[in-house]
Amino acid sequence: MGRYVIRRLLQMIPVFFGTTLLIFLMVNVMGDPIAGLCGDRQCDPATAAQLRSEFGLDKPVWQQYLTYMGNVFTGDFGTAFNGQKVTELMATAFPITIRLTIVAVVFEIVIGISLGVVTGLRRGRPIDTTVLILTLVVIAVPTFVTGLLLQLLLGVKWGIIKPSVSADPTFDELLVPGLVLASVSLAYVTRLTRTSIAENARADYVRTAVAKGLPRRRVVVRHLLRNSLIPVVTFIGTDVGALMGGAIVTERIFNIHGVGYQLYQGILRQNSQTVVGFVTILVLVFLAANLIVDLLYAVLDPRIRYA
Amino acid sequence: MRGATQVRWAACAVAVALAATACGGGGGDGGSGGGADGIVSSSWGDPQNPLEPANTNEVQGGKVLDMVFRGLIRYDPKTGEAQNMVAESIDSKDSQNFTIKLKDGWTFSNGEKVTAKSFVDAWNYGAALKNNQKNAYFFQYIEGYDKVHPESGSASAETLSGLKVVDDLTFTAKLTQKFSLWPDTLGYSAFVPLPKAFYDDHDAWLSKPVGNGPYTIESYAKGSSMKLRKWDDYPGDDKAKNGGVDLKVFTDNNTAYTDLTSGNLDLVDDVPASQLRNVEADLGDRYINTPAGIIQTLAFPFYDKEWDTDDARKVRQGLSMAINRPQITDQIFQKTRTPASDWTSPVLGEDGGFKKGLCGKECTYDKAAAKKLIEEGGGIPGGQLKISYNADTGSHKEWVDAVCNSINNVMGNNKACVGGPVGTFADFRAQVSTQKLKSAWRAGWQMDYPLIQNFLQPLYYTNAPSNDGKWSNKEFDGLIDKANAESDKAKAVSTFQDAEKILVEEMPVIPLWYQNGSAGYSDRVDNVALNPFSVPVYEEITVK
Repeated sequence: MGRYVIRRLLQMIPVFFGTTLLIFLMVNVMGDPIAGLCGDRQCDPATAAQLRSEFGLDKPVWQQYLTYMGNVFTGDFGTAFNGQKVTELMATAFPITIRLTIVAVVFEIVIGISLGVVTGLRRGRPIDTTVLILTLVVIAVPTFVTGLLLQLLLGVKWGIIKPSVSADPTFDELLVPGLVLASVSLAYVTRLTRTSIAENARADYVRTAVAKGLPRRRVVVRHLLRNSLIPVVTFIGTDVGALMGGAIVTERIFNIHGVGYQLYQGILRQNSQTVVGFVTILVLVFLAANLIVDLLYAVLDPRIRYA
Repeated sequence: MRGATQVRWAACAVAVALAATACGGGGGDGGSGGGADGIVSSSWGDPQNPLEPANTNEVQGGKVLDMVFRGLIRYDPKTGEAQNMVAESIDSKDSQNFTIKLKDGWTFSNGEKVTAKSFVDAWNYGAALKNNQKNAYFFQYIEGYDKVHPESGSASAETLSGLKVVDDLTFTAKLTQKFSLWPDTLGYSAFVPLPKAFYDDHDAWLSKPVGNGPYTIESYAKGSSMKLRKWDDYPGDDKAKNGGVDLKVFTDNNTAYTDLTSGNLDLVDDVPASQLRNVEADLGDRYINTPAGIIQTLAFPFYDKEWDTDDARKVRQGLSMAINRPQITDQIFQKTRTPASDWTSPVLGEDGGFKKGLCGKECTYDKAAAKKLIEEGGGIPGGQLKISYNADTGSHKEWVDAVCNSINNVMGNNKACVGGPVGTFADFRAQVSTQKLKSAWRAGWQMDYPLIQNFLQPLYYTNAPSNDGKWSNKEFDGLIDKANAESDKAKAVSTFQDAEKILVEEMPVIPLWYQNGSAGYSDRVDNVALNPFSVPVYEEITVK
């Protein structure tokens, strides 16, 4: 197990350098960001040159990348164009997005898995059909439609929530945005769990457990669910990364100043320091989530062992 | 019936979730009172640059500076007229050497006195190359600017030689050329005074700017919100009529509008285009749509030989006549733009140099004449007009397509004009400023100060900083120089208009429309108006 973890950690290094280099090159291809800083007028050449050298934009790309990576290892992620340290931006954006992600993942786990178990155990019954149709609808409707609709109904028409969250939102403010963000994944989790449960319900070990006279609850939770969770855990694991980086639509609708918003702003202003910095952290989150998922396999199914 | 229990449990979880949100939502903004202590909540955008006076060149940062600072001059929020604020008098005998006297009794909100040195030091800081201030060129008329801010290489002086402190409340400024309207430019936020704290602990100042205006900053969370409170000891006569302003950054102006209509926000100063159809129904007379000092144009590349000919001049005039301005401003902009008929803006007023119809028939839609002129000029250079624009913000695509449709209709050719989207604003500006574009592009100008000079000189004077098309005309340059040297304001304005008449003949850029400022407010507040820069006049807002 220990050796497996170390091997996985070592594999992360090339992935980390590869992705950051790719992002660095992509942002660079977009052209000169200084020209956009002066609005609809031309920057005066002396100031523009000075700014370019301050942000290191006058050097060749490979040199910019090396300097940047060198700085990253000392914890310096550079400065955004508005004069703020990127680490400062991260310190405000990540806690909010992490909160939002936790809300979304909790919804996925609680509602998604419960619905999956229920429908998987009663295939073909009306409840199964109803949930299947509902999940299909949720998957088919784009997130911004769900988001705007909930905002309009709950926020404007009925006044149950505020249409936009505050600057440093608490968990309860994030419930509706979290539900919107989770909705599509939630539907997938339901369907994955349902299929997996339905498949395993006929397995020998379940029949044995039932024949032993174990209480139904114990059969479902300890035997059936535990074995059926592997595909679901894989999905939720990769989804954590996707939720953190891909919440742009939800964050815009509810005015959440999280990672998605900072990335969007960074790309719009072609601020490579912001974009690369945030993406670097997101890459790390992805890698860590995948590692945890792999380790969970062994916990869920003792037959899976890593030597 | 285990399954059923679980369903019920899941349903309960959702119910609890919604109920908890209900507890979290609703309620006022920190329980602020009404009347003179009432707090106004307003939408905001994240400023692009650090909040330094000489480094702020866009509306969002300018909005804050306007609340926190007062300069020598202030433009009347209604008429745009320049009036003395901190200045007692700004005198000159020769339109080149100015003596500036300050009123006594002005202080910064930290108690420090506003003196001549507060201004001179701030201007020197703004002009110095090493400080990277994006508005440094505002100091270019002051003698010594070329030493502290050379076009290339390093600076050979630290301070502007043209500025001299005479005593506590007096300083003098020497310009490099005659410029009679120079005092009228001093209302721009780059010219405000700065306290010692700005230089002593720059980082601390940036995280909580201190100024001499009617508001002080109570707290500033970069990128998300700023709380401004009324400064009770403010010495000026334009004291705040409310208790303060809470600015909230919105990632999307649609969300801000939704917040306004549901009663969580008092003021939105940018009504999203998609809501313009509903705005009358939603807000009634709480919707403001007034002219702002912004004009939008189509610019052409004069560095390209094909466009710099006498024939191309006719083509440009023809293109101008081929654009159906009233139709586009009505249907696409829902009357938040006004068809342009000169190169300035209605906010200048008749006395300030705005002249409706100065452009005449050259800016009026006339299908037959347009086609005739373009054909006389040998057709569009390159066979096709490509209008470049940035596709990331501002929904430029819609109107560019409409302008092209209009031109295509006139030419009877579906390919005569096409849009040329560029991914981001920065990339678009990079292409414009490095002369990469070979055909027309969308251009716009937001005035720095309400003077006709500001609409002409920076844009069309030979090698002027924003003359992106590199148009050059000796007669035009001569008239601008003459107007600047004129000591009588009315004469100066009419000379500027003479220069503008050359633009009709040469059509270096095609004027499209004047942009309006649009805003909406809740029924909790009153007295909301936009100034000529399309920024709300915050200190005048009253809370019920």
